[in-house]
Amino acid sequence: MEITVKIFRYNPEKDKRGNYVTYKVEADENDRVLDVLEYIKGKVDGALSFRRSCAHGVCGSDAMRINGRNMLACKTLVRDTGSNITVEPILGLPIQKDLIVDMEPFFDNYKKVLPYFINDSPLPENGRERLQSPEERARFDETTKCILCACCTTSCPSYWANGEYYGPAAIVSAHRFIFDSRDEAAEQRLHVLAETDGIARCHTAYNCTVACPREIKVTKAIGEVKMAMMTGKLD
Amino acid sequence: MANVHQFDVVVVGAGGAGLMAGLYASRTAKTAVISKLYPTRSHTGAAQGGISAALGNYEEDKPEWHMYDTVKGSDYLGDQDAIEFMTNEAINAVLELEHMGLPFDRTPEGRISQRPFGGHTNNETGKPVRRAAHAADRTGHMILQTLYQQCLKNKVNFFDEYQVLDFIMVNGKAAGVVAVELATGELHTIHAKAVIFATGGHGRIFEVTSNAYAYTGDGAAILLRHGIPLEDMEFFQFHPTGIYKLGILITEGVRGEGGILINGNGERFMPKYAPTVKDLASRDVVSRAIYTEIKEGRGVNGKNYVYLDVRPESVNKFAAMDGRTNPDGSPYKITGEQVLAKLPDIIDFCRVYLGVDPITQMMPIQPTAHYTMGGIPTNKYGEVVVDDNGTIFPGLYAAGECACVSVHGANRLGTNSLLDLVVFGKYAGLRAAEYAKQADFEKLPEEAESGARSAFDALRNGSGKENAFDLSNELKKVMFEDVGIYRNEKDMAAALEKVRELQKRFKDVGVNDTGKIFNTELLNAWELGNLLDIAEVVAMSALNRKESRGGHSREDYPERDDKNWLKHTLIAKKNGKLEISYKPVVITKHQPKARVY
Repeated sequence: MEITVKIFRYNPEKDKRGNYVTYKVEADENDRVLDVLEYIKGKVDGALSFRRSCAHGVCGSDAMRINGRNMLACKTLVRDTGSNITVEPILGLPIQKDLIVDMEPFFDNYKKVLPYFINDSPLPENGRERLQSPEERARFDETTKCILCACCTTSCPSYWANGEYYGPAAIVSAHRFIFDSRDEAAEQRLHVLAETDGIARCHTAYNCTVACPREIKVTKAIGEVKMAMMTGKLD
Repeated sequence: MANVHQFDVVVVGAGGAGLMAGLYASRTAKTAVISKLYPTRSHTGAAQGGISAALGNYEEDKPEWHMYDTVKGSDYLGDQDAIEFMTNEAINAVLELEHMGLPFDRTPEGRISQRPFGGHTNNETGKPVRRAAHAADRTGHMILQTLYQQCLKNKVNFFDEYQVLDFIMVNGKAAGVVAVELATGELHTIHAKAVIFATGGHGRIFEVTSNAYAYTGDGAAILLRHGIPLEDMEFFQFHPTGIYKLGILITEGVRGEGGILINGNGERFMPKYAPTVKDLASRDVVSRAIYTEIKEGRGVNGKNYVYLDVRPESVNKFAAMDGRTNPDGSPYKITGEQVLAKLPDIIDFCRVYLGVDPITQMMPIQPTAHYTMGGIPTNKYGEVVVDDNGTIFPGLYAAGECACVSVHGANRLGTNSLLDLVVFGKYAGLRAAEYAKQADFEKLPEEAESGARSAFDALRNGSGKENAFDLSNELKKVMFEDVGIYRNEKDMAAALEKVRELQKRFKDVGVNDTGKIFNTELLNAWELGNLLDIAEVVAMSALNRKESRGGHSREDYPERDDKNWLKHTLIAKKNGKLEISYKPVVITKHQPKARVY
């Protein structure tokens, strides 16, 4: 089938501002939007730039706005978008070229929440694993799925309004450790999230949950962190 | 040279091996990790099923059994000293990941949970053993995240989105690398005493592959150009279960949880090919079985695929027939909810890409190009070895999929790749840091960047008569068809000729994008050059080996030939020409014998 793809183009070395270019190409309904972009880059305009790697939704490289919603281009099929597709960069991060945005502010926010396991207690004497029950492990399973694609953070109106807000992805990363029974730094992370640009900026718009390509219930995770902050309890 | 940075150790690549190397090297040496992707985008993150270690958390297991299974899996081409080293290190490696916070699934007692995987057995009974430590079906994702997080915690220096372009060698020693910063197009020289390549595999030479776009064999191709040999490049693993046409991986863990393969006649066919472990045979065995079923007309609807069935009623039926039990001796049974909990990503992939729900429907699968067994020759400490005498290239290291230790030989066992990354990444990092401590910086040559510059200039100034996208597709098609699961003299010779024709045509590729900022067209074209060079080496090595062993299956030489071919292939570029030589296989405990599953 023939499809019409409207793509946001911006080359900082040539263009004062971005503009939309429309391409008409042949595609199969089972093609990924990423396949369509690869075809356009390969055959129509080699300069079209976007990030991609795994092409099946686990590396988090190709987050973009597809028909107005944040998605991974490799996890969105033409059969779901229909034959008119508009592709734009995700919002709220500086555009570097075409569909590529500057991810540094996003990763800077991620790094603020101490996104690493902290446990300074001695290891079990026999050198074996720290024990954790299946129930304790299940407590934070959901947020271990995060691939840091930024679909959630760049769909968040609070983040659009204030780029200093750490954003949902950072809070999801904090959640993964706060609710891990083996970790010992929940308090420090909650302290970080209590800053002005921390969790208080979440107004439960729910966009993040809708945007997550890993189907993490982001708003719920944020709610659990808020509750932990209010009650001081982690159950 | 405008941008020169000096580090004791530079690690190229930030997947599992690169991060582990970076983590360990940075403890004692000033270390940089450069990566063309943000580290969390690396392909380690796509690994699903597990990482093996004889923890024995459910049932008896021993490193010796893990060693034997790996030797047998390798079709006796793996070096047994290195395999023994890896399987002995495995337990501590997995425990170390847990200590770093990796969220493994748990047993009821709170220990790390383990599942069966292809080729991993109890050596006394021959039955599958639960050896693969797992975190749902995203074990690689959790390893990648955990190692990256630990690197952040330990303040490792990252150069994110820097594409390596060249290796600098001075007086026969490593002196650094040249890289381009993607965001600016600026060249950077990383002047270092020790260089560790951890650049991953090259599955993108094949049409149907589970591999990421990034898997273009950059490190191996760069070293090949510098006269460093590559080892056993004919051995490439085709994973039995890729999503039909797309090649997306469906983990062997599906079969570990009881899934079975079903042909177009609705029959379970693996017992014919592997009577003892059936659907959990080694990957090469299962891929050939699927291919044979298809070739003999038992594909589904006459097409090139069969089914993978993990519907609970099928799993339970065949588990009862096989007499499979739980660790407590009760009959093995599984519910739809348990399948969903253990294999959430697989279920998601099938729903998204196929519109198939594996809880109630069978998954259409075909073998997919998956793993590079060959690569940059190293010893068990990650030191690059340049000949058959164990001669080490001073200051040069490799680890992970780009390296060939060789622990996988002719066929890798599932879960051993993640183990390889963690074990050999660590030792490469440790050795490189030790080396850097006693070595001096070599003086950088004035023309350090000239190789990279001229490669880019050639692409920018190419006539444009040829299109890189088309060349790439032609390459992938011919390699998949003619240097794929089954191979023969005639087809491979034709493929090699075709690859060489494509290399010539590649000189006429012209890049239209003249810009510097994120010039992905230029980078993709440069990567295609790597794929072409690697494909030539793969085809030539495969054509040369006149026997069938592991992942290398020849229709014209169907038997393994230990008399003539129990040896590693080395292939190196000398005076612009590829030359093949050999080195012996290290055999310690297990003499080669017939391989039956």
